[in-house]
Amino acid sequence: MNFFKKTWRWIDDRSGITDALKPLLGHPVPPDSRWLYVFGSATLFCFLLQVFTGVALALLYQPSSDNAYSSLLYIMDEAPLGKYLRGIHYFGASGMIVMMGLHLIRVYMMAAYKYPREMSWISGVVLLVLVVSMGFTGQLLRWDDNGVWSAIVAAEQIGRVPFIGKPLAHLLIGGETLGGKSLSRFFTYHVFLFPALLFATVGFHLYLVVRNGISEPPKRGRPVDPKTYRTWYNDMLKRVGVPFFPYAAWRDAVFGAATIVAVVILAAWLGAPPVEKPPDPSMVHATPRPDWYLLWVYALFALMPANIESYAIVFAPPLVLFGLFALPFVSNKGERSPLRRPWSIVGVVLVVTVVGTLLLVGNKAPWSPHFDAKLSGVNIPTQNTNALVGRTLFEQKACITCHTINGNGGITGPDLSHVAKRLNEEQMMVRIVNGSDNMPAYGRSLHGEELQQLVAFLKTLK
Amino acid sequence: MNDSTTTDTHDHNGSRSENTTDLSRRKFLTRISLWSGAFAAALVSVPFFGALLDPILNKDPHTWRRVGSLNDFAIGSTTLVKFLNADPSPYGGVTEKTAAWLRRETESKFMAFAVNCTHLGCPVRWKEEASLFMCPCHGGVYYKDGTVAAGPPPKALTQYQVRVNGGAVEIKTSPVPLTDMTS
Repeated sequence: MNFFKKTWRWIDDRSGITDALKPLLGHPVPPDSRWLYVFGSATLFCFLLQVFTGVALALLYQPSSDNAYSSLLYIMDEAPLGKYLRGIHYFGASGMIVMMGLHLIRVYMMAAYKYPREMSWISGVVLLVLVVSMGFTGQLLRWDDNGVWSAIVAAEQIGRVPFIGKPLAHLLIGGETLGGKSLSRFFTYHVFLFPALLFATVGFHLYLVVRNGISEPPKRGRPVDPKTYRTWYNDMLKRVGVPFFPYAAWRDAVFGAATIVAVVILAAWLGAPPVEKPPDPSMVHATPRPDWYLLWVYALFALMPANIESYAIVFAPPLVLFGLFALPFVSNKGERSPLRRPWSIVGVVLVVTVVGTLLLVGNKAPWSPHFDAKLSGVNIPTQNTNALVGRTLFEQKACITCHTINGNGGITGPDLSHVAKRLNEEQMMVRIVNGSDNMPAYGRSLHGEELQQLVAFLKTLK
Repeated sequence: MNDSTTTDTHDHNGSRSENTTDLSRRKFLTRISLWSGAFAAALVSVPFFGALLDPILNKDPHTWRRVGSLNDFAIGSTTLVKFLNADPSPYGGVTEKTAAWLRRETESKFMAFAVNCTHLGCPVRWKEEASLFMCPCHGGVYYKDGTVAAGPPPKALTQYQVRVNGGAVEIKTSPVPLTDMTS
């Protein structure tokens, strides 16, 4: 026996590595758990990737409100492959969210949360909250103007909670205003607190897989009966079970590796999210936006009726969480097949459609003013001097930030490219002077002939 | 050699404790373990929670900050003024700065608006020629007096206290304005 083999034997004997791992790797699993079962492990691989790239980023990052921004610029411009590293960490986070979402949908559709795997579902919901919290605090560590303003937006949301909202908001940003203590908080949560909770909960989640076994793919007409399920499951494994490694694990390995390769390719191709202006809250030309996976919440805030908004902010998250936690208690036995649970299909399609649509709308943000829009391609006869002045007023009075003419301008209000076909002079004046629910009343800010000039311009738009 | 000694001791201890254990002793030892652990944990929790709750326990004093002299602001103008937070930390850098939109109504009357939209706190921009404040996030719009003109904001722009002190215009530092549920 050579030296290395001997050394390994000694280590293995004294530490019990093989004794501990062999039953884990070899534990029997249902033979037909195939490609739909890879999303959980892909989420885990993304998590490990995040830990790995996160440690590397922490070597370069300065977690101080004052210096974080310049260290980000250093990572982007000077550190060897630093830009690339940030890109992987960003797309790794995206990958983790996507895989977690697919895993959640798979588990829900197959009702794998039923007896005896209720605790797997519950710990999974905890993981969901932790992963989204990691995503959001990670976005804040990108300490540019978007970072500071996103922190303030988060504080505003927490601030809506009755009675304790204010102290909670101050706790979040580390004081009554944003400042030196803010980033230390987000860094501590993102780098110490949440990862520690994630490691513990992931460990528990995995331990439960071994304890209760991988759920077998559901079959119509084979309901779960808590009285007999465990015996039936163990008998089934004895009859047809295959060792987890390598007969099931190879798919996890291949899909997980493909996920990581995809993340790396995306990072190289699309790059890290840009580091924008310095984190100076007195610079008001900022346009805070959440990262893509929270854009649907951002869209919801723009589209929801304003009078129910506070209630939605305060009550919706706990209600959704309560529903998720309650699921395995409400339904822990019976049919697992989605074909026998048609409402589960309806529910998933509905949630995916609503969130997907909100993501698309949030990405477009039609409610946001277009501050930089300029008119072009609008020809006015030179003798129509009133209309020419009106054209300038259309830009100066910020009409253009919300209204489009010939493809230029905001899309909050109606397109005015052919407004003269729809409205006559009087109707235009009424609209401009009085405004509406979603348009300022310009009667207050137009002086002298400005109203006539603006209308003269609009009348040329046929 | 070492291995066998360890194993012996374990067996010996194990059997002895089983023989001599009576219920009250067991209870006593359980309690002493739990209570001593709880005491030590409570002891170190105090400074931990002190650090965690520092932003609430350590109140910022509110001070007046000079943002310019009277002559800097024309009557009818709205200007972005910048000032330092009440109690800036030495490691906060530019993050300790705050801004306000200062409007000079008359010779002696000023209004200072927080830059935060009352909807979700995004920074509103003053469009001078349109006499409107516009929010980039969800399309909130305010008139020059801070009242809501359009969009989702539930209330007018928050105002800071402002005073003229000698020839200087001063703003009182305040917490980030938070909209509460009743608005």
